[in-house]
Amino acid sequence: MNQNQDYTTIVKKASSRIEEIIIGEEMLINMGPQHPSTHGVLNKVLKTDGEIVDEVFPQIGYLHRGLEKIAEKLNYHQFMPYTDRIDYLGAMNCNLAYAMTVEKLANIEVPKRAEYIRVLMAELNRIASHLLFFGTMGMETGAFTPLLYGFREREQILDLFEMTCGQRLTYNYIRIGGCSDDLPNGFIEKAREFCNVMEKKIKEYHQLLSYNQIFINRMAKIGVLPPDLAIAFGVTGPNLRASGVNWDLRKNEPYSVYPEMDFAIPVGTGKVGTIGDSWDRYFVRMQEIEQSVRIIRQVLDKIPAGEIRAKVGRVFKPPAGEVYVRAENPRGELGFYIVSDGSQNPYRLKIRAPSFSNLSVVPEISRGTMIADFVILLGSFDIVLPEIDR
Amino acid sequence: MLKEYIEAIKTFSEQNIPFTIKGAPVELWYIVWIFIFGGVVLGGAMLFAGLASFAERRFAGFFQCRLGPNRVGPEGFFQFIADGIKLVLKEDLIPAAADKMLFRAAPYVVFIGTLGVFAALPFSKSLGITNLNLGLLYIFAISSLVIVGIIMAGWGSGNKWSLLGGMRSAAQIISYEIPIGVVFLTMIMITSTMNMQEIVNQQGGGLVNWLVFRYPPFTLFAFLIYFIAAMAEVNRTPFDLPEAESELVGGFHTEYSGMRFAFFFMAEYANMFVVSAIATVLFLGGWQSPLPFFILNIFGDYSILAIIEGFGWFITKVLFLVFLMMWLRWTLPRYRVDQLMAVCWKVLLPLSFANLLLIGIWMIL
Repeated sequence: MNQNQDYTTIVKKASSRIEEIIIGEEMLINMGPQHPSTHGVLNKVLKTDGEIVDEVFPQIGYLHRGLEKIAEKLNYHQFMPYTDRIDYLGAMNCNLAYAMTVEKLANIEVPKRAEYIRVLMAELNRIASHLLFFGTMGMETGAFTPLLYGFREREQILDLFEMTCGQRLTYNYIRIGGCSDDLPNGFIEKAREFCNVMEKKIKEYHQLLSYNQIFINRMAKIGVLPPDLAIAFGVTGPNLRASGVNWDLRKNEPYSVYPEMDFAIPVGTGKVGTIGDSWDRYFVRMQEIEQSVRIIRQVLDKIPAGEIRAKVGRVFKPPAGEVYVRAENPRGELGFYIVSDGSQNPYRLKIRAPSFSNLSVVPEISRGTMIADFVILLGSFDIVLPEIDR
Repeated sequence: MLKEYIEAIKTFSEQNIPFTIKGAPVELWYIVWIFIFGGVVLGGAMLFAGLASFAERRFAGFFQCRLGPNRVGPEGFFQFIADGIKLVLKEDLIPAAADKMLFRAAPYVVFIGTLGVFAALPFSKSLGITNLNLGLLYIFAISSLVIVGIIMAGWGSGNKWSLLGGMRSAAQIISYEIPIGVVFLTMIMITSTMNMQEIVNQQGGGLVNWLVFRYPPFTLFAFLIYFIAAMAEVNRTPFDLPEAESELVGGFHTEYSGMRFAFFFMAEYANMFVVSAIATVLFLGGWQSPLPFFILNIFGDYSILAIIEGFGWFITKVLFLVFLMMWLRWTLPRYRVDQLMAVCWKVLLPLSFANLLLIGIWMIL
């Protein structure tokens, strides 16, 4: 059976299934693509019985831009800005993963200072991403104020990024073989100041939201993701760790200068409910912010002087071959698979996006939840749509 | 028969109208008074809704470390007028799938249900549109009209989200009316009257005579139960499920735009005023001063100045409760539907009944 036929049978099956549902008693309801909790443009077709969700059909593709095809038409340097747009909330991390892939393909040695700066940026961006998650999670549960609190601290990180590379969302800062610019004057002091602020504020967050009884009632025991199911669906990142699986690429498959850093991997403990519930997914991220602050402090102390970029020519032709490299993003493992034919452009580039796998497990665990729970459950996975559609 | 009726109106008017024009027959003046003061209250309710929406946004700004609206007029004070003009000028959309009759009627039903309550509120000593002997019962009855309007809006919009919002709202408000009813019953038992003015009169003579301190701590519990249930009744966070933004887009008013939306919006804020006013009357002494006397009462008993002062106290207490609701809104997350029902049926209702029983026993002893 060729692939086209396969696709049409799947579509036919799905459409007949949807028809069957329309005839029945249940209400089919379109949540999205225009809905406050779609996290971008995701359409979830909910089969509901009153307030109870029976089945969920995520409809993706509203943000498809053909990134992988575009990569084949651009040279290796030119694709870097596109990686910003894979996960716009963790653009530095995406830059880093792509740069690491190409460096491995071409065997480029990255200067030590550049590695430190990269880790610094990646961790700052991880915090920024988790702060936004903190805000949206509050919104999802009906508390509006945490969003603004999260944004207040995120603003400081964006200021740091703006100091460094002039951008606040899509940085295009990390380059193949290093970074585009060195850290500006005063960056280290400002970053230290941010660390102090962040450590104080995280306590405030816990007071405001994490241990709020209403919040716990809404989050605990909702959308429990068992570890075996998580592994079967390829769920990664904080979502996997919240299920109690201690798997973090920064530890398990160390890259860059992470082996020199001292930090812990927070895992879900089921503190207020079951292991792997929405509250665990929320709390793991909150703890990760603390760990990232720890890493940032160490980087700021240890950062050596020196070059920030290896010599990589403008006409850059890596040797023929293929390579797969993955990195720990705020949302999970972001992997790049590149096939090179020795020319200036990649022959094929495949992106393994964490949100895609994370979303795929949502329909499995959202049966029998209420609409209000489903919103929280989906929010707690912290998906980003451009990553799914690519 | 007719003579008796006129006589009744006459005595009623003499008791209830603060002042008359010399020479005018008092019963005619009474009717004119209803129209004048009714108009003033209607305008006042709208103005309050506007000002409260502005205040809410400013407060939200302060709570969230941002500025809030500050461009139109001094400190953004005229923001609500700009918003009003915007809403009036907006296109009045009626979705094709809507039940046009219900869709159009719903905002007015909600608005009438809210404003009807104002008729029985005692704003100050003998200052009110009417002074009903069954004021509390009337308020309880007419405020239920709001639910009808919300269901009409939810069903009439022809939108699934609106329908869900309308259903939630109906279930929520009907459930929470029961604890409120029991609290009302408690207070009627204590004061042995349903007349709002009479209830306030019984609380004169300073802070300690307020009903909230009458049978400590039971009346305080009653006050808390009422306040929580009232927040659910007016759909404020943490009970704002009917319009839960992250779940139901806008709930029952998703499809409304322009002036029709403005009616819902004003009704919501007017409703906040109403429930706070009822709480003030029942528990916090209404227009009575927290001091044992009126400060402005130096010109003789119940002169115009004293009435004005009473009005000032009343509004101050109401605004404080309204502020409390806003504060809670910007701090707390939202309950889930079943949790909301559980709070009502498993916590508030048993507590309110126990409260009723205990206060009853205390009164007998």
